[in-house]
Amino acid sequence: MARIIWILLLLTFITSSWLIYTRCDEKNISGIPDEHVKQGWKVWQEKNCQGCHQIYGLGGYMGPDLTNVASQKDKGPIYMKVFIQHGTGRMPDFHLNDSDVNDLILYLAWIDKSGKSRVPASAVEWTGSLDIKN
Amino acid sequence: MNSVFRIYTFFALTLLLVTLAFGLLATWAFLYPEAYNRFLPFYQLRPFHVSAALFWIISGAVAGVWFYKKEEFPKIRVSELLANTFMITWMLTILSIFGCYAFKIFGGREYWEFPPILCLPLLTAWILLMVAYYIPWYKSSRPKPLYVWMWSTGIFFFFITFIEQNLWQIPWFRYSFLREVTVQWKSNGSMVGAWNQMIYGTALFLMVKISGDASIAKSPKAFFFYFLGLSNLMFNWGHHIYNVPTAQWIRDVAYIISMTEFLFLISIIQGFKSKLDEQRKFKHLITYRFLIAAEFWVFMNLLLALGMSIPAVNRYTHGTHITVAHAMGTTIGINTMILLGSFTYMLGIDNKTEYSKRVINVFYWISQYSLGIFWVTLIVAGIIKGYRTTVLQMDNFNEIMKPVFQAINILSYAGIGLIIGLGTISIIYLKEIIKKKQRILEYNNNIN
Ligand code: HEC
Ligand code: HEM
Repeated sequence: MARIIWILLLLTFITSSWLIYTRCDEKNISGIPDEHVKQGWKVWQEKNCQGCHQIYGLGGYMGPDLTNVASQKDKGPIYMKVFIQHGTGRMPDFHLNDSDVNDLILYLAWIDKSGKSRVPASAVEWTGSLDIKN
Repeated sequence: MNSVFRIYTFFALTLLLVTLAFGLLATWAFLYPEAYNRFLPFYQLRPFHVSAALFWIISGAVAGVWFYKKEEFPKIRVSELLANTFMITWMLTILSIFGCYAFKIFGGREYWEFPPILCLPLLTAWILLMVAYYIPWYKSSRPKPLYVWMWSTGIFFFFITFIEQNLWQIPWFRYSFLREVTVQWKSNGSMVGAWNQMIYGTALFLMVKISGDASIAKSPKAFFFYFLGLSNLMFNWGHHIYNVPTAQWIRDVAYIISMTEFLFLISIIQGFKSKLDEQRKFKHLITYRFLIAAEFWVFMNLLLALGMSIPAVNRYTHGTHITVAHAMGTTIGINTMILLGSFTYMLGIDNKTEYSKRVINVFYWISQYSLGIFWVTLIVAGIIKGYRTTVLQMDNFNEIMKPVFQAINILSYAGIGLIIGLGTISIIYLKEIIKKKQRILEYNNNIN
């Protein structure tokens, strides 16, 4: 009996994994990343920006969430460039070259298009669930 | 007991010390970045800390499973050989990972921030372990108690989730950022479930040994909760990404499955009275004390986790130190406590003199109280940030964080308490591993 339940659960797990891989983002509104975005992504990982920053609230907590910094009012590419190129008292200066800085900005702009990190109060449903559309 | 296993247990326990040391350093780097950014910046300390924690838990879990499985399965020579190869490869890879961190060579994902090529030896080692474990498992004709089910489930799902965790290296998974985040947290979330299966399995094994009552690992109720745990391993990870605009059903499934954990809570409350009786009987055993501490922390963390798993509440807690409270509350309070209980048992600490046990007891209580303060401070830090971000809708990050720093300051003192408590216990145990040489870890301690 226990074995049958185990196998049934495993089959459900496999099916659901497949559905998640293929259906979790059917619209892909930010589009397939180009070479710059991919390079920015690589630098992001190699410099461990996620050690201090969150994307969609996930990551380290020393710095701010960067999901939507590219489109936030009063912020955007030039603002980002200042931080990424020189660091601050709290954020280190990584001595990145211009092209890496630009690619990082393009990477963050690509993420920004995928949705909003902050969930508005209006998305809360009576069940306690969230209704998020992008 | 062979010397590779001895070195391996020593290594695992040392990882706990490394975790503690880097945890405290990371906290200071968080508070005083100007002083640390030049030589030991937070973004370097955090991977050291988090990876050491992760590897302490996984290595410690495997140590327990490998040691106790002897009772259940026939001894097979080739399986011992494979396990030794696993241990050596595993330890060398972890050392290489720390080497990369030391030179600021990163490249992976959160918790696995090393260059992904190092995942290959880790995976190879794990496959060796699987072969070493499943051969005798398959050959054993004895009925398998629940803890064997749990160990087997944990080892298997660690393998699955480890591969899933690396799917990002296939370009298709990165064509959509949302898919990439979803798969990353699907695998991370389930992996925690996988090591919990190994560790809770060990806790159950130890309870059977302590109480001498084998029926607790056979009852239908125990199996019911095993399957509930397994379903949560498979399907509840979605609470990590409630705010990510993926398909709606992912959120709803995670929400529903997460709420089934209320059944664990009810069961703990129902069992409270019998726990009190049990405690009177066994509280002289250090092994038992660690297990009961873990139960206490299960209860506390379950309350927090259930709250955070309601999407409407998660809206406030996500991206704050409440998540860290959840992560450290469970990794220290539950996993580390059970693993220390397991080391206590393996090393036969309960057979030591009353005096030695009293010393351990003092540091045990220092750990518990420090962890209490540590945990509450993280929650307070999280509530402050959540309130300022989501209720007050503040935008200026430095403004938001000002009061949070005060909480983290208190946290650093609680961290010192944790180092004194858990650190001293680890050092005592490390000394035991060295001292016992040949006899060590002989499987003969009748601790009743
Ligand atoms: C040691 C931690 C740390 C690391 C590593 C780090 N940052 Fe930062 N970052 C910060 C902090 C703290 C701030 C807040 C600004 C301040 O100093 O007051 C910040 C601010 C920013 C901002 C401005 C955000 C805003 O909303 O105002 C951007 C953009 C940014 N960082 C990008 C990056 C990128 C890209 C990387 C990786 C190359 C990176 N950061 C690595 C700590 C870090
Ligand atoms: C002296 C004791 C400790 C201190 C001071 C400490 C401090 C820290 C700090 C500062 C972070 C980073 C949080 C951030 O990104 O802002 C962290 C994260 C973490 N720590 Fe510790 N820690 C300690 C002990 C431990 C132990 C013993 C474990 C487990 C064995 C552990 C497991 C973790 C985990 C899993 C995370 C990641 C949390 C997340 O971001 O999700 N820590 N810790």
